[in-house]
Amino acid sequence: MTGVSDTGDLAIHTTGLGKSFGKRRAVNNLDLAVPRGSVFGFLGPNGSGKTTTIRMLLGLATPSSGTMSVLSQPMPAAAGEVLPKVGALVEGPAFHLFLSGRANLTRLDSADSTTDRSTRTRRVDAALEKVGLGKSARVPVHAYSLGMKQRLGIANALLRERELLVLDEPTNGLDPQGTREVRHLISALAEEGTTVFVSSHLLSEIEQMCSHVAVMSAGNLVAQGTLEQLRAQGRRGVKVATPDTSVAMAVLSRLGLDPHIEPLPGGEDGIVGAVLGPETPEPERLVEGLVAAGVRVRGFTVQPASLEERFVALTGEGFDLVQ
Amino acid sequence: MSSRGLLANEVILLYRRRRTWAMLLALGAVPVLIAVAVRLTSGPPTGRGPAFLDRVAGNGLFVAITGLLVCIPLFLPLTVAVVAGDTIAGEAGSGTLRYLLTAPVSRPRLLLVKFTVAVLFCLSATVMVAVCGLGIGSLLFPVGPVTLLSGTTISAPAALLRVGLIALYVAVSLIGLTAVGLFISTLTDVPVGAMAAIAVLAVAAQILGQLPQLDWLHPWLFTHHWLGFADLLRDPIRWTEFGQNALLQGGYLLVFGALAYGRFASKDVLS
Ligand SMILES: Nc1ncnc2c1ncn2[C@@H]1O[C@H](COP(=O)(O)OP(=O)(O)OP(=O)(O)O)[C@@H](O)[C@H]1O
Ligand SMILES: [Mg+2]
Repeated sequence: MTGVSDTGDLAIHTTGLGKSFGKRRAVNNLDLAVPRGSVFGFLGPNGSGKTTTIRMLLGLATPSSGTMSVLSQPMPAAAGEVLPKVGALVEGPAFHLFLSGRANLTRLDSADSTTDRSTRTRRVDAALEKVGLGKSARVPVHAYSLGMKQRLGIANALLRERELLVLDEPTNGLDPQGTREVRHLISALAEEGTTVFVSSHLLSEIEQMCSHVAVMSAGNLVAQGTLEQLRAQGRRGVKVATPDTSVAMAVLSRLGLDPHIEPLPGGEDGIVGAVLGPETPEPERLVEGLVAAGVRVRGFTVQPASLEERFVALTGEGFDLVQ
Repeated sequence: MSSRGLLANEVILLYRRRRTWAMLLALGAVPVLIAVAVRLTSGPPTGRGPAFLDRVAGNGLFVAITGLLVCIPLFLPLTVAVVAGDTIAGEAGSGTLRYLLTAPVSRPRLLLVKFTVAVLFCLSATVMVAVCGLGIGSLLFPVGPVTLLSGTTISAPAALLRVGLIALYVAVSLIGLTAVGLFISTLTDVPVGAMAAIAVLAVAAQILGQLPQLDWLHPWLFTHHWLGFADLLRDPIRWTEFGQNALLQGGYLLVFGALAYGRFASKDVLS
């Protein structure tokens, strides 16, 4: 590993970070390296340890093992110096419901003793404006919708200029416009030089806005790098459209692939898909074999290496959570 | 509220809650009820009921004192339990604690601010009872010079000062319970649980204080001096019990403040 010892250009750096809840290992031996200036996607299915990691990074939970530094300072030791430079959204928004959105933000801003009181009103209003809550600023939060609360949570992270934003599933509960606006907001902030660490279980979202990505699975970091690096590790796949699905399955199995039938509503043709590995025959050999076996091939596509395939390969398929 | 610090904001937060005012108004209703009941049944004093009750009809100033006396065993501890139990557990339960801590507020500072606000509530609660008592007392009964327990008589304004002192005494009496409550509040993310535990503790301490078998324990109970403000109604004022009470409450503050700090400083905030 090179460059890791030089933590100066890393916004977040953890070594061997771990957290146990009783016997359960929620985060295990995590070595994160988030470059400054990156939009870093922290990807993983439900329960994979994203929020737990974020809590440790922000000094809310004490690690069971390992060390971490945020903005080149040790956490949680330097929390008082680091956190004013970090805007955070952790596991959804939380506010006092009987206070207005504006009063809630004012309270949180005054909680930070390092903020400038004279600019408080202006900064609070600007943050509300940025997330489109300008009109609802004086409404009590209990009258906010889920998405409005989420926006208010993001506004809290933007109360002052931040060097790092840590956003835990920021688009949760947002409508399509809201999602797009958050994406644009993140891009705009990144362009100004803010590092953004954003967690999500939605690959598509990460793919659209991130330069780097780390993938968590059952508490372990299973991949980390730029989006391109991760994509390049992916494998191509083939899809065969044919009415003779069972024969096609047999042929592809014989050729060393691990085919599966893709569920398809209606139509008499089935789709048989398979992932290409380094040792499997080239696609043209597959067509040859299929045709030779009498499979009526009505369509054949080769799919380029995709992040989705990589994500599924890393974190497992299906609805059941690992662990 | 925009250019104020955390403490001012927390004070505002407390007094913008409807719950706070509901409790204060309920406390204020106690002396009003007492005064009205005495007024409606104005027969000769029977000597039964709480101390000072038989002097209410003769001098309205005693409504405030009787009101405080009646509120001490249950009503005041209940409201203090609600406020003290809510300090940390309330923020944890609603999830706002994680945003306060990442704002950031240092944990010791948050504890200190929350405790200060809770003590301020104790003071507002006793002042509320006293003020409502004085108001209704002067409305329904004559107000004049007060004959003290030592036999001397002081003017009405001087007596007013004594009532203020008693309100202060009772507020100070509640500091120990508030400190215990702050500690309990750091133990849980469920504010109602903390509130119930604190209320139970206040009642339990008073019951223990009644058991002669536990004589040795009594001076250490935070409830020990709760009803001991009679010395403030002598001339000259005897400050011994005031001082002992303040010392005991301060001790509770130190011990349970330290426990609360020890617990909260290392607590994982997972709500
Ligand atoms: N307070 C807690 N007590 C015990 N176990 C916990 C606690 N919080 C989280 N866990 C466990 O830690 C693991 C990781 O949880 P975490 O909340 O970090 O997941 P996540 O990646 O954020 O998931 P999601 O996408 O659902 O938000 C889970 O197995 C969970 O059961
Ligand atoms: Mg989560």
